[in-house]
Amino acid sequence: MIRSRALRAYLRSPAGMIGLLLLLLVVAAALSADWLFPRDPLSLAGRPLQWPGQNPRLPLGTDNLGRDIAAFLFHGAQVSLLIGVVASAVAVGIGVMIGAIAGFYGGWVDDLLMRVTEAFQTVPNFILLLVLVAVFGSELPVITVAIGLVGWTAPCRLVRAEFLSLRNREFVLAARGLGMRDARLILGEVLPNALPPVIVYASVVMAVAILMESALAFLGLSDPNIASWGNMIGAGRSVLRTEWYVSAIPGLAILVTVLAFSLVGQGLNDALNPRMQAV
Amino acid sequence: MRRLGLLALRRLLQSLPVLAIILVGLFLLLQLAPGDTVDALMAQMGGGSAEDAARLRQAYGLDAGVAVQLGRYLLRLVTFDLGQSAIYGKPVAQVIGERLVVTALFMSCALAFAFSAGLVLGVLAARRVNGWPDTIISTLGLIFYAIPSFWLGLMLIVLFSVKLAWLPPGGFESIGAGYHGLARVLDIATHLVLPTVALALIYLAIYLRLMRASMLEVLNLDFVRTARAKGLPEGKVLWRHVLRNALLPMVTFVGLQFSTMLGGSVVIESVFSLPGLGRLAYESVVQRDLNTLLGIVLVSALLVILVNFVVDLLYAKLDPRIGVGQS
Repeated sequence: MIRSRALRAYLRSPAGMIGLLLLLLVVAAALSADWLFPRDPLSLAGRPLQWPGQNPRLPLGTDNLGRDIAAFLFHGAQVSLLIGVVASAVAVGIGVMIGAIAGFYGGWVDDLLMRVTEAFQTVPNFILLLVLVAVFGSELPVITVAIGLVGWTAPCRLVRAEFLSLRNREFVLAARGLGMRDARLILGEVLPNALPPVIVYASVVMAVAILMESALAFLGLSDPNIASWGNMIGAGRSVLRTEWYVSAIPGLAILVTVLAFSLVGQGLNDALNPRMQAV
Repeated sequence: MRRLGLLALRRLLQSLPVLAIILVGLFLLLQLAPGDTVDALMAQMGGGSAEDAARLRQAYGLDAGVAVQLGRYLLRLVTFDLGQSAIYGKPVAQVIGERLVVTALFMSCALAFAFSAGLVLGVLAARRVNGWPDTIISTLGLIFYAIPSFWLGLMLIVLFSVKLAWLPPGGFESIGAGYHGLARVLDIATHLVLPTVALALIYLAIYLRLMRASMLEVLNLDFVRTARAKGLPEGKVLWRHVLRNALLPMVTFVGLQFSTMLGGSVVIESVFSLPGLGRLAYESVVQRDLNTLLGIVLVSALLVILVNFVVDLLYAKLDPRIGVGQS
C-alpha cells in the first residue's frame, strides 16, 4: 500500500523519471559492453588519434594510445557502476552501523563516536583517500573499499539523527517493555523507520564515489589495468591542445552517470519524503 | 562581545579531542604501512646487514614499543616538528609553509565565488519560483553538480587558453615577467580565474539550491508578511528581512563544505599546475613521501578547524539567539 503510493509519487516526479532513463542507459551500456565490444578495451584497436566519425569501424575514434573510445566508454560504465555500488554499500553500511549505535545509546558512546565522525569529516576526504592509496596500494578492491571508508560520515549523521528522534517513541518503548533485546530493537524496530532518508542519500553517495574514483584515475593513482573513464581523460591530457575530444568524451559519460544518480535521488526524495523539499 | 569570547573558547576546546583522534589514527595507519623508515633507508643505501638495520632502528627509536613511539610522535607534533621531507630534503613544515599561501588564496577565491554567485542565483530563482528563470537556474544547478571538476578544468583550458587565448592555461604567475605591485596582482588574478571556476562550480550548485530553499522558507514566515503589510518596498523586504535570515544555513554550509573543497583542490591544482598544498599532496603520493603527506593531512585538518571556528563566530554574530549554552 505504502510502497505503491511511493512508486506512483516517483513515477510522477519528472526529475526521477529522467534520472531513471539516464541510469537505464548507463546500465544498458555496462551490460552490453562484453557483447558489443568483446575485445579488451585497453588493447590497441587502430591508428591512434582518429577523430570521431573519421573511421566507421571506430565511431568515437581512438585515443593517443590507439584504444577504441567507444569500447572504453562501454566497459567504463561497468567499472563506474561497480565502484559506485560497492563503495556506497561500504559507506552506507559503516554509517548505518555507527550512526545506529550512537543514536540508540546516546551518552558517552554517542560522544565518542561523534568525535570519531568529526575527525573523519575534518580531514578532507580526497586527501584521506590519497593516504589510504599511498599506504595500501591502488588495486581495484582496495580503492573501492577506500572510497567507501572516506564517505561514511554523512549517512552516519543522518541515521544518528533519525535514531535520536525515534528511540523514545511509543512503539519502541512498547517493544522494550515486551523485553526485546537491544539488537532486535535496533534492527527490527528503529532501523526500518530510519532508512528512507538514508536510501535517498545513498544515490548521492554513489555519485560522489564515481566522481572520486574518476578523479583518482585521472591523476593516475587508480588501478591502471581497468577501463576507468577518468583514466582516459588523464591520458588525453597530453594531446589536449589538438585532440581535445579524447578527454571530452569520457567526461561526458561521467557527467551523464552522476546526473542520473542525483536525479534518481531527487525522485526518491519526492517519493519517500513528500514533506521535505529537495535541497 | 563576552558571549562571543566564551563561545570561541568553547569551540576551540571542543576541537582538541577531534585533533587527537586524527593524530592517533594517522599513527596507527602508518604502523600498518608495509616497511618503515629504516627499510627505505637501507634500500637507498643498497642493502645492509641485519645488525646495521637494528642499530639504525635504535637510532631512530623504532625499537621501542608502539605506545612509546606514539608518545614520541605526538610530542614531536605538538612542537610542530613534522619530520624531514624525503623528496625535497627540507623539513616538511617548511615545504608546506611555502605552498600554503597559494592554496589559501585559491581557496578564498573559490569560496567567495561559489558563495556570492550561489547566493545571487538562489535569490533570483526564489523570487520567481517555478517561473522560467527558476527553471533555468535550477536545471543549471543540477548540471553543475554533476560535472567532474577536473574535466571542467581541462575543457576551460581548451576553450579559454587554447582556442580563444584569453587566459593562461596554468601556473600561479608569469615566471620571469618581473611584475611588481598592481601588475603582479593582476597577473596572479588572471591565472586564478580558470581554476577558481573549475573548483567552485559544484559548490555554487550546492549553495544555489540551499539558498533557494531557505529563501522560500523564510518568505513564507509571518514577519515577512508583516513587513510587506506595513508597506515596505519589495527590495527592502528582501534585503533587510529575508536575506539575513536565509543566509544562516548557507553560512553553516561553508564550514561543512570547506573540508571537501580543500580535498578538491588536489585535482584542480594538478590540472592547472598551481604550486599549492593539493599539488604537493599529489606529488608526495607519487613519490611515496609519507612524511610530507601526513604533514599535509595535519595542516589541512587544522585549516578546516580554523575555518569552522570562524564560521561559528560569524554565525553567532548573525544570529544573536545563539548562546554559550547551546551546541
